[in-house]
Amino acid sequence: MITIKDLKKSFNGLEVLKGVNLTIPDGKITFIMGQSGTGKSVLLKHIVGLLKPDSGEIWFENKDITKLSEKELQKIRRKIGFLFQEGALFDSMTVKENIIFPLKEHFKMSKAEMEKIAEELLSAVDLLFAKNKYPSELSGGMKKRAALARTLALRPQVVLFDEPTTGLDPILQVSILELIKNLKEKYNLTCIIVSHDINLAFKFSDYIAFLHGGVIIEVGTPEEIKASNNEFVKKFIESALL
Amino acid sequence: MNFFSLLGRGFLKVLSDCGGIFLFFLKSLIYSFFPPYRVKLLIKHMEFIGVKSWLVVILTSLFSGMVTAYQVNIALAKVGSQSILGGVVALTLTRELGPVLTAVVVIARAGSAISAELGSMRITEQIDALKIMAVNPIQYLISPRLWAAILVLPLLTAISDFVGIAGGYVVGTFLLHIDPGLLTARMVDMVELKDIMSGIIKSIFFGAYLVTVCGYKGYYASGGAEGVGRATTEAVVISTVGILVVDYILTTLIF
Repeated sequence: MITIKDLKKSFNGLEVLKGVNLTIPDGKITFIMGQSGTGKSVLLKHIVGLLKPDSGEIWFENKDITKLSEKELQKIRRKIGFLFQEGALFDSMTVKENIIFPLKEHFKMSKAEMEKIAEELLSAVDLLFAKNKYPSELSGGMKKRAALARTLALRPQVVLFDEPTTGLDPILQVSILELIKNLKEKYNLTCIIVSHDINLAFKFSDYIAFLHGGVIIEVGTPEEIKASNNEFVKKFIESALL
Repeated sequence: MNFFSLLGRGFLKVLSDCGGIFLFFLKSLIYSFFPPYRVKLLIKHMEFIGVKSWLVVILTSLFSGMVTAYQVNIALAKVGSQSILGGVVALTLTRELGPVLTAVVVIARAGSAISAELGSMRITEQIDALKIMAVNPIQYLISPRLWAAILVLPLLTAISDFVGIAGGYVVGTFLLHIDPGLLTARMVDMVELKDIMSGIIKSIFFGAYLVTVCGYKGYYASGGAEGVGRATTEAVVISTVGILVVDYILTTLIF
């Protein structure tokens, strides 16, 4: 379980997060929804320690992530994977080398073992045929699937997804989220997905949290969110259904 | 008031950059002493910085040696001391021109590439991806390059010294018709081991300096493709001007 308490963050005097409070349950898919530029990705980067907050706490496995040193954070990061919006694959390496990279860094395995794991992961994301391609040769959806395979290589307990469906066509959006759901079941993952697509959230989430004005204004299951009386949430859902 | 405010802001930016670059250097150096030791990366970067630069270094040094001999001869002719041409050319090359020209060539060829590559990795979040995978990005990206430049610059400088002196010899002998025996004898008389070593030692500092500046600018690039271009330009300008400043400081203080 991840617990965020009164998290605040400003950039050049602009207060982006004004006291976020949120609990992320284990083994579930939680969507963080909100308009563009409301700080959803900023919140995600705090959870994995890429950004330090001005104040507030983030608790994971009885440790406050915001107070950890870079060395202690490295241990935590092996348990929390992060899927970047554009994949952030290393463009000097092939897809398979990208997946082998974290294995080589953290495990003492033979080359054959690492290749076997990489190919298993690529099969899981249906990308085995592209194992020897470079990221520049892949489409947007393929890059995201390759990045997902790389994220899973370290067997994380939690995976954070920064807008995994942005820029993809509707069929690919659904296939990526189905893939995430299947992998969540297979590897018993806790998934946090930042998105602004409410329809996908209703279909694939266990919980939805709305970030608006720098705070979480509503949290609940998809049914609870559909029945919400919050004006902003109602407007957001109505706009999406237009 | 605005003028002083701008001046102060500029001064603070320079100070902050200097501090940042120095801390970046210390981190790169210290992390390199902790495992994992990245020998394969070190060799890869030695090839990129050294092996792929030798031809440009040779061409630059050859013509610099030749033109130095030609110009120095004009000056020496005025006082009737053309016999010491070989010694003066060799001293100029080993103490100053060799290490400085080599460093400038490496900045232009490899330093700019280091800055652009790291800047591109920064804006496409590849550096953040390294952090997420619990890999220390400075230790992975900068430390091997730092040691590669420290090891390779002295070798390139030695090549540069040799080729430059050979260029001076060719011009002195065939174009200016100075006796080859006299030319080499004066070189041997005037150039001591410490002259050659002062240039070689300087090049070690130059290697560390250029990788640190180019690495720092690329590593902290921001603002998309335009930001990468800006970072690369700043890296080349600051490291080239800085090499001359460092050269002056080393020459006056140590050599």
